[in-house]
Amino acid sequence: MEAFTTHTGRAVPLRRGNVDTDQIIPAHWLKKVTRDGFEDGLFEAWRKDPAFVLNQPERQGASVLVAGPDFGTGSSREHAVWALQNFGFRAVISSRFADIFRGNSLKNGLLTVVLEQRVVDHLWELTEAHPTATVTVDLEARQVRAEGPDGATVTADFELDENARWRLLNGLDDIGLTLKNEADIAAYEASRPSFKPRTIAV
Amino acid sequence: MGRTLAEKVWDDHVVRRAEGEPDLLFIDLHLLHEVTSPQAFDGLRQNGRQVRRLDLTIATEDHNTPTIDIDKPIADPVSRVQLETLRKNCADFGVRLHPLGDVEQGVVHVVGPQLGLTQPGTTVVCGDSHTSTHGAFGALAFGIGTSQVEHVLATQTLPLARPRTMAITVEGELPADVTAKDLILAVIARIGTGGGQGYVLEYRGSAIEKLSMEARMTICNMSIEAGARAGMIAPDQITFDYLRGRDHAPDGSDWDAAVEYWRTLRTDDDAVFDAEVFIDATELAPFVTWGTNPGQGAPLSTHVPDPASYEDASERLAAEKALEYMGLTAGQALRDIKVDTVFVGSCTNGRIEDLRSAASILDGRKVADGVRMLVVPGSVRVALQAVAEGLDKVFTGAGAEWRHAGCSMCLGMNPDQLAPGERSASTSNRNFEGRQGKGGRTHLVSPQVAAATAVLGHLASPADLSDTRTPVEA
Repeated sequence: MEAFTTHTGRAVPLRRGNVDTDQIIPAHWLKKVTRDGFEDGLFEAWRKDPAFVLNQPERQGASVLVAGPDFGTGSSREHAVWALQNFGFRAVISSRFADIFRGNSLKNGLLTVVLEQRVVDHLWELTEAHPTATVTVDLEARQVRAEGPDGATVTADFELDENARWRLLNGLDDIGLTLKNEADIAAYEASRPSFKPRTIAV
Repeated sequence: MGRTLAEKVWDDHVVRRAEGEPDLLFIDLHLLHEVTSPQAFDGLRQNGRQVRRLDLTIATEDHNTPTIDIDKPIADPVSRVQLETLRKNCADFGVRLHPLGDVEQGVVHVVGPQLGLTQPGTTVVCGDSHTSTHGAFGALAFGIGTSQVEHVLATQTLPLARPRTMAITVEGELPADVTAKDLILAVIARIGTGGGQGYVLEYRGSAIEKLSMEARMTICNMSIEAGARAGMIAPDQITFDYLRGRDHAPDGSDWDAAVEYWRTLRTDDDAVFDAEVFIDATELAPFVTWGTNPGQGAPLSTHVPDPASYEDASERLAAEKALEYMGLTAGQALRDIKVDTVFVGSCTNGRIEDLRSAASILDGRKVADGVRMLVVPGSVRVALQAVAEGLDKVFTGAGAEWRHAGCSMCLGMNPDQLAPGERSASTSNRNFEGRQGKGGRTHLVSPQVAAATAVLGHLASPADLSDTRTPVEA
């Protein structure tokens, strides 16, 4: 996984709640067997509307998505994370994320930042008024900082559990970390009752 | 202090617990399908890793598979490649696979339980959010992403933060024509699509205890639509009776040992849930969705809500956008909504009991002119059972299409899709924009409401059907 320390970029204010993973990447894109090439599928239906925020010239190259509450609900498709990353997003800010999407994002180095809706509202206002405003997502300091050209600022601290933060900062491979506990896994396996189901005889 | 059911199953699977780290949990059963596994197998290859426990892993094909002409090559080349990739991965790594055409093929969440692989007190994962279905057996079952699929393949474990617990207690008798589907849609409307976020839900109370395993699976299946990764129901005699004699259920002395353990899987009387919700079953009614998320639902006898009635700004905006997408107006009676297509199937309502319910309503009646009805069994075994009972003849006799097993119209990954603007009553689990096909409009309903709707051509419950049965000629 690519490490995440701090990132500064322009923002896309997405004033929608309950953005489900079917909107982030529609099902027909899920037939692909790779982790890349999903950028054209990101918000595919909404992007057909010229007025959609992602289509605005001033949002091209933006890399921080500021979304409404309950972002990433629905399907477990990790393709939703890959689509956001393939498109160029490095971080997503929302007041609440769906559990599976959040887990998927942190395993891929897409930083999902939970901020109070009040702060999200301020970020929306600032980045709508000033499309060139930059937002810094600083994982080391656990802080989001936004600054507009007129000097308007939004600064907010965020929480992320220490273990997830450490893995992200160092870009660590989860599987590699788990396999260090091989002895514990083997000991657990040896203690499992014989009535537990098996898919094949071994 | 006592423990909840979820906490007991969790504790029994902790491989390693350390300060400042998530618990490392052992996974008893890993289900695979073609959509969320290819990149995981690629990851194994890139790192020179193997599947650690082939005996705890099983795969089937469901999302991409067509439900007609299954003897012909799959028309969509991209779908074909994805299915071929699963077949190659399973062959290369030695994973048991039930491909299209196999008698054990079907929707992954129908296949696991019917084989007897889903058992009380197990941990079950799959790269699919509806893995919560298996919680109906008192298993801790949840959907995972592809990175976690790779993790489980390589280690048979997952590092996970301990979830909170929420009790959904349902007391009383469900009224006639009110099903498990209506109950769970009402729960989601009550707590919202994010209400269960961070929790494992435990459904309990007298109304839940009376339900069949099929009905319990319908309820647990949609836990994810309330934002909860998992839903559970304590195993009881109904669970044991369902499992006994199934291919992978324990037998002999193992059966006795298993049942002895399974009987301990109940929330202790002095356990404390982090949150509690109470539902009076007697107040429930047939329930349908009007919007574009599963929380936007209401009793069938009511009307499309007015977005202006929502105090919360983001809910109001969501309702406005939903009505626009759905082509509905505030105040419209839900019963007046005409549909083009009716879909009975999916991991939510594609089991034998669901087909029996729909058939009992269609028997002697006809699907309304201009309405297309698809009936898609959840698995080949469900299809065979339905045929043995003559249900297929009831469906085709009524003018419905009887299809082969698969995910079908639950999601737009296979040929069964809605056209733009087309409206469906669907027994599936998601009414998201475009879920059943680009521009399609979905109303989530129970199998009973689906069947009644098919007959009348507008959203309806069986109670609306009093005089539509063709009289039997003397």
